[in-house]
Amino acid sequence: MANGQLLQIRFISPVGCVGGGISGAALDEALAQAPDFIACDAGTTDAGPFSLGMGVPAFPREAVKRDLSLMLRAGRKANIPVIIGSAGTAGGDVHVDWVLEIAREIVAEHNLSLRTAIIYAEQDKAYLKRLLHQNRILPLDPAPPISDSIIDSSSRIVGMMGVEPLQQAIAEGADFVLAGRCSDSALFAAIPLIQGFPPGLAWHAGKVSECGTLVCETLGQGVIFTTISQDEITIRPYGDGLRCTPHSVAAHSLYENSDPYLHRECSGTFDLTKSTFDAIDDVTVRIRGSEFISEPYTVKLEGAVLAGYQSIIVGGIRDPYIIRQLDNWLAAVRSYVDESVSHVLGDELDKSSYSLTFHTYGIDAVMGSLEPDPKHLPHEVGIVLEASAPTQEMAHKLAQLSRQPLLHYPIKEWAGSITAFACLHNPAVIDRGPVYRFSLNHVAVPSTPVEMFRTHFIDLCGSEKPWS
Amino acid sequence: MVLADIANLIRSKNAGPFTLTFDIMFADLASYRRVKGSGALSPAAFAKLYLCLVEKVRFFECENALAFKFSIPRPLTQGELGDGDMHGGQQFVPLMNLEIP
Repeated sequence: MANGQLLQIRFISPVGCVGGGISGAALDEALAQAPDFIACDAGTTDAGPFSLGMGVPAFPREAVKRDLSLMLRAGRKANIPVIIGSAGTAGGDVHVDWVLEIAREIVAEHNLSLRTAIIYAEQDKAYLKRLLHQNRILPLDPAPPISDSIIDSSSRIVGMMGVEPLQQAIAEGADFVLAGRCSDSALFAAIPLIQGFPPGLAWHAGKVSECGTLVCETLGQGVIFTTISQDEITIRPYGDGLRCTPHSVAAHSLYENSDPYLHRECSGTFDLTKSTFDAIDDVTVRIRGSEFISEPYTVKLEGAVLAGYQSIIVGGIRDPYIIRQLDNWLAAVRSYVDESVSHVLGDELDKSSYSLTFHTYGIDAVMGSLEPDPKHLPHEVGIVLEASAPTQEMAHKLAQLSRQPLLHYPIKEWAGSITAFACLHNPAVIDRGPVYRFSLNHVAVPSTPVEMFRTHFIDLCGSEKPWS
Repeated sequence: MVLADIANLIRSKNAGPFTLTFDIMFADLASYRRVKGSGALSPAAFAKLYLCLVEKVRFFECENALAFKFSIPRPLTQGELGDGDMHGGQQFVPLMNLEIP
């Protein structure tokens, strides 16, 4: 592939997320169309901050292994590179190593040999604090406050890499690029940009391809096959009953983005304002007119900090006398619990260090402060009580102390002792473990596009050797 | 008529942990233009439904996708204590009953 010589570049996006379930038949069909590379995203913050904070993946190991195995074997069969980004859901070092271990098993089981580039994206805290003091960490909107102590207390901070570290790995001849946290679109734009294809098209092709068949009219089992030339993108699925339509492809740029037209990447913004979408045939769409505007280089940061530990109680209330005064009744239960905590745990658990949250299903649990109709009373209310405290032991005791008042706190409508709360379980208290919160919505301004990322080259094969 | 009678999809979702985004989509250009022409969808109307400052509401009209989009800062960051909708997927409902004259 000599620079600027290619008329077209073609790639496969086999699935929206490694572990989502690749269709082997569709992958084979697409592989017959002479693709230049395979790329796939493996991460998301969609499920919440736990994966990043705790250092664990959100997909079962078997599901990741199955998809990765299909991709790595397809890559070797066609002799094309495979690029995986945001490994292990959050793309921290521990997540990358988890996927690397799976890749080692696959290589041994299938007797493969892979020149592998591993790109770590976790950030050194001393480095980040240096950037902060040089005003080279900038807030996005809305951003939580940032300080040395926020950086220090975060259990893990990753930088979202752009195309440059991937391109370096490809230039070194990697068959398999295993990257930590990475822009989804960059996984697909990296090689087309090396080959000199227009940046607006390269980035937009990545954007429409990265979610797999979500870009189709209806979701289904299949893979996405995308072609970029000097003046257009074509995108089509392989898989039974799947089709891309001008409407489905145009609409895809809305999904999970705050702005449907402008998409910020490390090196600039791609602008879809002038993009056009036409049907080439029943399943294929042509895109033209997408643009890219270069901007000062920034790397988005993601961090998670331990918020505490949690125990919960699940149950419900059916008594209409309680439901009609639920807010006041729960406030009274809360006061009672506060009092017990101060009597029983007073020395160990200060009031400012714990919280009790009642999620009242049937009233406003789903929408909270946005609920337009909180006065509408149902015949039954589901309650999840979250007890949060600095240790699991304290959270557990806090929930235990909440159970009796929830069960028996009196109301004036009934004489004598009542049982007000229908507990779902025994034991009623379920320990949830550590709970994390997102600590950053910021970008870093590095000196170079690659300085925040560490690349290791190894030969993965039956018996591992250094890169030669 | 209300918006849910005309749109073929009204949805909400996180756009990252700090932003909620809402898509209102239509099956055909006539439906899209009817809603657009009614003037019922605006940052001011949205701010009233979602109890937020109108300056914080971003509004997009996307004719080639037959869609409107609103984005606002999340009232609670995703996963914060008290957040009851981790993916932001159930926050669209107040839009359903928006009257389209």
